[in-house]
Amino acid sequence: MSPATVVRKWLDDRFDWDGLLAPFRKKTVPLHRLSYWYFLGGITLFLFVIQVLTGILLLLYYRPGPNEAFESVQYIMTQVKFGWLIRSIHSWSANLMVFTAFAHMFSVFFLKAYRRPRELTWLSGMVLLFLVLGFGFSGYLLPWNTLAFFATKVGTEITGQVPLIGKAMMIFLRGGDEVTGATLTRFFGFHVAVLPGLATLLVMLHVLLVQRLGISVPPKVEAEWIANPNLRREMKFFPNFALREAIAWYIALGVLGALAAVFPWDLGVKADPFISAPAGIKPEWYFLFMFQTLKIIPPRVFRIIDGEVLGVLAFGAAGAIWVLLPFMERSARSRKWVSAIGIFALVFIIGMTIYGYIAK
Amino acid sequence: MSRFGATVLQHLSSSRASSLHNREPGQKSISFTGAASVMSDQGIQPGVPGAAPVQRRRFVEVLLGSGFMATAVAFIYPVLRYLIPPRTIDVGSDSVVAARVGELKPNSGKIFHFGSRPGLLVLTAEGEYRAMSATCTHLSCIVQYRGDLREIWCACHNGVYDLNGRNVSGPPPRPLESFDVQVRGEEIFVRRRREA
Repeated sequence: MSPATVVRKWLDDRFDWDGLLAPFRKKTVPLHRLSYWYFLGGITLFLFVIQVLTGILLLLYYRPGPNEAFESVQYIMTQVKFGWLIRSIHSWSANLMVFTAFAHMFSVFFLKAYRRPRELTWLSGMVLLFLVLGFGFSGYLLPWNTLAFFATKVGTEITGQVPLIGKAMMIFLRGGDEVTGATLTRFFGFHVAVLPGLATLLVMLHVLLVQRLGISVPPKVEAEWIANPNLRREMKFFPNFALREAIAWYIALGVLGALAAVFPWDLGVKADPFISAPAGIKPEWYFLFMFQTLKIIPPRVFRIIDGEVLGVLAFGAAGAIWVLLPFMERSARSRKWVSAIGIFALVFIIGMTIYGYIAK
Repeated sequence: MSRFGATVLQHLSSSRASSLHNREPGQKSISFTGAASVMSDQGIQPGVPGAAPVQRRRFVEVLLGSGFMATAVAFIYPVLRYLIPPRTIDVGSDSVVAARVGELKPNSGKIFHFGSRPGLLVLTAEGEYRAMSATCTHLSCIVQYRGDLREIWCACHNGVYDLNGRNVSGPPPRPLESFDVQVRGEEIFVRRRREA
């Protein structure tokens, strides 16, 4: 008996290892012309793992605190061997992960994979997307540079616009009235402890739901398969799909490595609470559509409501509707409406992002 | 050469040899790619007599495997280098002012900064200055002068050194490194001993 067999038998005798693996052997993945969209969730998960690993590496040298944070990142980038590369991978992977998470969400949306019985998978996925944005927002401050300082100031100020609870939320996020070293300590805690803990739990739930419910077949493909059962194709999850997924991850790793090495992430200038905001300052691209929308709303709307407050409420309402869309889809007519809202959201986000880049 | 490489070459040459062996007189030799194209994944194609069992799958496995290995090395090497902290340079640790005259009472000691490491300056009951490293040679705790024992004592594991830094009892394996002391005006200078 080979050593692997011995170990396997040992595990099998104790907690039915083969029984645990049995579902994976039986599991299949539907095979059709839209199957490629299935890889986006896996790639997002892969980038999350990269984030955890590179994040741990950065923690070896990073020091939170207004007098040390910038210097420690500078130290990582100039003194530690390959420190620039590790930080660059962390930053690039963060951006790619936001992108793949959004792409995954829209692919799930347009392939209608959120339909019953997968509403909870959609909900957990949406919470994960918000956590990813939280990671982006909190991590952005940690190098304590000028851009990060103003981004946090503006971002937390927007939170302060929410009626009734806004001010309290802003003070909670900032750890005081202003963005100071106390904010940095808090954001550090959120970024390395609170968010990773929550995200890990939710990723487990999300993946468990996907395992339990299987992978959705888009309604159009399903209709074709019902009309002509000979067209129905499946592939085994293991090894066929898993190997394809591995190649997708490998390509993602290649793209990530190339971007990080060829375009190393900049550190910028150390934050100073007593200097003016630099001209042309903009948030990260994934917040740009909200930033641009808030910028073009007039200061007073209909003489009754502040533009900022209206914007924040509108985004809050839009987000809530988006999250609850699976529950609103009942009839064929509502299905069309939901699709129309999806197309509008996609066009709005892309349009406003481009506008945000062009606008001064 | 790696085992993988050797296996591939072996397959290549056996394929070539058998295809040469099978050719008719006057027929040109069959190229490897031509031969490979008739083979199945398992390398055995029934109905092609004498076709060599070029294991195409194995060949792809070797190519992929070496690719993955190269990628793994390319990513793991920077990580390993990153884990090793950069050397910190000890600036100006050859000679320092450890104390001022009159700062220490007879039969007492004080810890001073000697570069990035702590040093111990002792004024003996007889009025003589002694200086040595304050890092215990056992497990690197910081030692202290005990006026009651007139000895240097480490609180962690009860190691004891005499006033010359010699380890006299307890677990310390070596004496403390001793330094030269010079009183210049009001200042007490401590210098590392130069090796002759």
